[in-house]
Amino acid sequence: MSTTASLHSDPLVLVEDLHTHYGKSHILHGVSLKVGRGEVVGLLGRNGVGKSTTLKTIMGLVRPSAGTVELEGRSVTGLPAHKLARLGIGYVPEDRRIFRLLTVMENLRIGFDRHGVTEARKQALLEKVFAFFPVLAERRHQPGGTLSGGEQQMLAIARAMMLEPKIILLDEPTEGLMPRMVSQIRQIIASLHRDGVAILLVEQNVPLTLEASERVYIMEKGSVRHACAASELGVNDPVIRQYLGV
Amino acid sequence: MSTRPTTTYWIGFCVVQALLIAAPLALPEFWRRFLTEVLIWGLLAMSSDLLIGYTGMVSFGHSAFFGLGMYGAAAALLLVSPPNLWLAMGLGLIGAAAIALFVAYFSTRLRDIYFAITTLIFSQIFYVIIFTWTSVTGGENGLIFSRPPLSIPFLFSMRFTGTTLHWFVLAVVTASYLILRRVTQSPFGMVLQSIRENEARTRAIGYPVERYKIVAVMLSGLFAGLAGVLYAIQNQFAAPDFVYFLTSGDTVIFNVMGGIGTLVGPIVGAGAFQLLRELLSRLFGDQFPYLIPLGFVFILIIIFLPQGLLGFARRWLNR
Amino acid sequence: MDAVAQLFQSIPVDQILIQTINGIVTGMILALVASGLTLIFGIMEVVNFAHGELFMLGAYIGVLVLAGTGSFWIALVVASLMVALFGAALQIVTLRPLLGRDPLTTILATFGTSLILQNYALWQFGPVARKIQEPITSHFHLFYLEYPWYRLLIAVLSGAIIGAFWLFLKFGKFGIWIRATTQDRVMAQAMGIPVPWVHTATFAIGAGMAAASGVLFGPLVGVNHTMGLDWVLKAFIVVVVGGMGNLGGSILAAIFISLLEAYASIWVSPAQAIIVSFIALILTLLFRPTGLFVPTPK
Repeated sequence: MSTTASLHSDPLVLVEDLHTHYGKSHILHGVSLKVGRGEVVGLLGRNGVGKSTTLKTIMGLVRPSAGTVELEGRSVTGLPAHKLARLGIGYVPEDRRIFRLLTVMENLRIGFDRHGVTEARKQALLEKVFAFFPVLAERRHQPGGTLSGGEQQMLAIARAMMLEPKIILLDEPTEGLMPRMVSQIRQIIASLHRDGVAILLVEQNVPLTLEASERVYIMEKGSVRHACAASELGVNDPVIRQYLGV
Repeated sequence: MSTRPTTTYWIGFCVVQALLIAAPLALPEFWRRFLTEVLIWGLLAMSSDLLIGYTGMVSFGHSAFFGLGMYGAAAALLLVSPPNLWLAMGLGLIGAAAIALFVAYFSTRLRDIYFAITTLIFSQIFYVIIFTWTSVTGGENGLIFSRPPLSIPFLFSMRFTGTTLHWFVLAVVTASYLILRRVTQSPFGMVLQSIRENEARTRAIGYPVERYKIVAVMLSGLFAGLAGVLYAIQNQFAAPDFVYFLTSGDTVIFNVMGGIGTLVGPIVGAGAFQLLRELLSRLFGDQFPYLIPLGFVFILIIIFLPQGLLGFARRWLNR
Repeated sequence: MDAVAQLFQSIPVDQILIQTINGIVTGMILALVASGLTLIFGIMEVVNFAHGELFMLGAYIGVLVLAGTGSFWIALVVASLMVALFGAALQIVTLRPLLGRDPLTTILATFGTSLILQNYALWQFGPVARKIQEPITSHFHLFYLEYPWYRLLIAVLSGAIIGAFWLFLKFGKFGIWIRATTQDRVMAQAMGIPVPWVHTATFAIGAGMAAASGVLFGPLVGVNHTMGLDWVLKAFIVVVVGGMGNLGGSILAAIFISLLEAYASIWVSPAQAIIVSFIALILTLLFRPTGLFVPTPK
C-alpha cells in the first residue's frame, strides 16, 4: 500500500494534458494527473476550477478537445461513458443522481447486470454491499427518491461498487451531509481502499481529503498547480491557504 | 447573425430587384406565374423564419395564418362590391392577426416541442372548421371570386395584368422583407435572438419573454396572412387545402432548405423547392412522387447542411 | 315529473352505450399508438412525426402478408417485426447523427421522413384504399345493431400488448435500462447502460407498436396512404393531454378522448366530433399543461 510502489508501477489511470471546452469557454487547460492501482488520490481546489469536469472527462461524459486519458496503459480517450463503466471506472457524481423512481434493488441491479457475471457472484456482490451499507438492505424495495440525503449518497456509492470497478471517481461525497455521515464516508473510503479499489476523490473538505488520501493534486483555473504526498501538507499549510483560502 | 458588409449587400439587393422587375417582361406566361408564386411562398416562408430562425420556435401553424389571410381576402372580395383591393388586404390581415393572437396566447407559454405540436393542432382545428362550415366557407370546394383592380380611391383604377400583378406582389414582398429585416436588426429583434440562444438567461435578465414571443407570433402571422391575401388575389380562389397542416410543413421545408435565420434563405428555399419539383415532374412525368427525393434532400440538408443552401453557398463563396 | 321523463327519453341510452364501446375500442388502439409516441419522447426527447406513417406502413405490410399467407395473425406479427426493424434502421440513419443538436431538428427530420413514407406509399399502392379482412367476422346483438366481435378483439389485443409492454418495463433487465435511461440519461451511461442502443431499441418498440395498431385497425377503415395523418394528430393530442412521457397518462387520455369523440358523434358528424378533442387539448393547456392525468408537480 506504499505510495512509492504505486507510482513506480504502471498507473491505473493516466491523464495527460487534458483540454476541454464548453461552447467557446475553455474549461480545462491541460490537466495532467495519475492514479496508481489501489491508490487514494485527492483533488482539491476552489469551486469552479474544473475538478468535476476533470472527473467527467475521465468518465467519458465530456469529450476532451485535446489530451489523453489512459486506463491500465490503454488509451480510452473519447470512449463513451458506458464503455468506460464496463472497463472498470465507477462514477459517483455531485448530488448523487440516483434513479429516484427505481427501487434501491433496481438501482443496484443495473451495476451487476453485466456480461459474464454469474448468479453466485451477483449474490456475493449484493451481500458485500449490504454489509457495507446495512441501511440499504433494509430499504431495498423502496424507491430511491424516498431515501434521505445520506442514504442516497450510500446508494450512489453502492451502485458504483456493483460494477466491481478498478477505480471510483468520487465527486464531493460529503457535500450537504451531517458531520456524523462525513465520518461514515471516511470509513467507506478506507474500506474501499482495503478492498484494493483506487479512488480519485474530489472534495471541498480539506481535513477529510488529507486524511484519506495518499497523494493530493491541487487545481486552479483549469490546471493542476501543485502535487505532493498528503502527509506533506497540513490543514493550515500556506499552499492550502493559497489555493483554497478565501 | 452578422450584418453583411453594407455596400456589397445593397448592390446585390439592387441587382436582384432589377432582375425580378425585368423578369415578367422576358419570361413566358408559365414561368412568370411561377416566379410570382415563388415570391408569395417566399413571403410565407420569411414570416415563418421570424419564428424559427430568429426566435427559435418551430411553428406548424402558418397554414392557419396563410389560410385566414386567404379567406379574409375572399370574404372582402365577395361581400363588398365593387371588389376592393385594400379592403381585401385589410380583412385578410385582420383575420390572420386575430388567429395569430389566439394561437399565440395558448402556445407561447409552452416549451419548443409543445409549441410545435400545439401550433400544428391549432392549424388543424381551423382546417376542420373551414372544411365543415360549408355555408360560410364553401367547405371542400372553397370560394371563387374575381380579382380586384389596383385602385387608389379618387385617383385611378386599373385592372391587373399578369405583369403588373407580378410587380405588385414584388413590391409587397420587398417591402415586407425590408420591414422584417429592420425588425430583426432592431433591439426587439435582438431580444428575440437572445431568446433563441438561451431563453432561461433572457428571462433571468428580466425580459418578459412570453410577451416578446406573442408579438413575434403575431408579426409572423401577419406576414403569413399577407402572403395568403396575395395568393388569393393571384389565383382568385380560396381552398381549405391550404389550411391543412402540410402547408405549414412545406413552409418549414423552405426555411430549412434555404437557411433559417437569414430572411432571404427561405425565399431561396421556396424557389429551389418549386424549381426542383417542376424539373422532376418534367423529367419523370406528372405522377412522379417528387416529394420522395425532395424529402431525402431535406433530411440530408438537416443532417449535413444545417445552415441550409444559403449557408452552404456563403461558406463556399468565402473560401 | 313529466319533464324528467322527457329528459330521459331524449337521451339516447342505447346510442350512448354503443358509443361507449366504440369509444373504448378506438381508445385502446389510440392508446397503443400513443404509447409508442410518448415512450419515444420520454426517452429520447424526439417528437416522432413519422409515427403515423409507421402505423400506415404496418397496415400496408399487413395487407401484403395477408394476401400472401391468408393469415391475419401472421400478418400482424410480421408487420410489427418488419416495421420495428425499419424503425431501428430509421433511428440509426436519421436520428443518431442529430444527437446533441437542437431537439427541433429531430422534429424536422421525422417530418421529412413522414413525407417520404407517405408519398412512397401513394406511389407504390396508389390512392385507392386497400382492405384487410378481419379474422373474425361474426357479430353479436347489441340493441338494434349487429356489433362485430372483431372490435372487441381489437380492444382486448391492444390492451394485451400494452400490458405485456408494461410488464416488460417493470421487470426484466431491459425494462430497467429503459426506465433508468428515461430518468437520467447521463447516469445511465455512467452505469454502463449502452444508451445509444437503448434509444434504438425504444424507437423500434414504438414503431412496432404503431405497426401493430395499423394492422389491427386496418379492417375497420380502408388502408391508404393518408391514414397516418389523422392518427398522428390524435396521438399528439393524447400525448399532450396525458402528459408527455407519461405512459399511464397517455393510455387514460386516449380512452378519455376517444369516449368524448364517440359521444359527440351521436349529435354531430365525425369530422366535427374531432373538435371535442381539440377542446380537451385547449383546456388541458390552459389549466393543466403538464397533463390532465398527471399529478400536479410539487
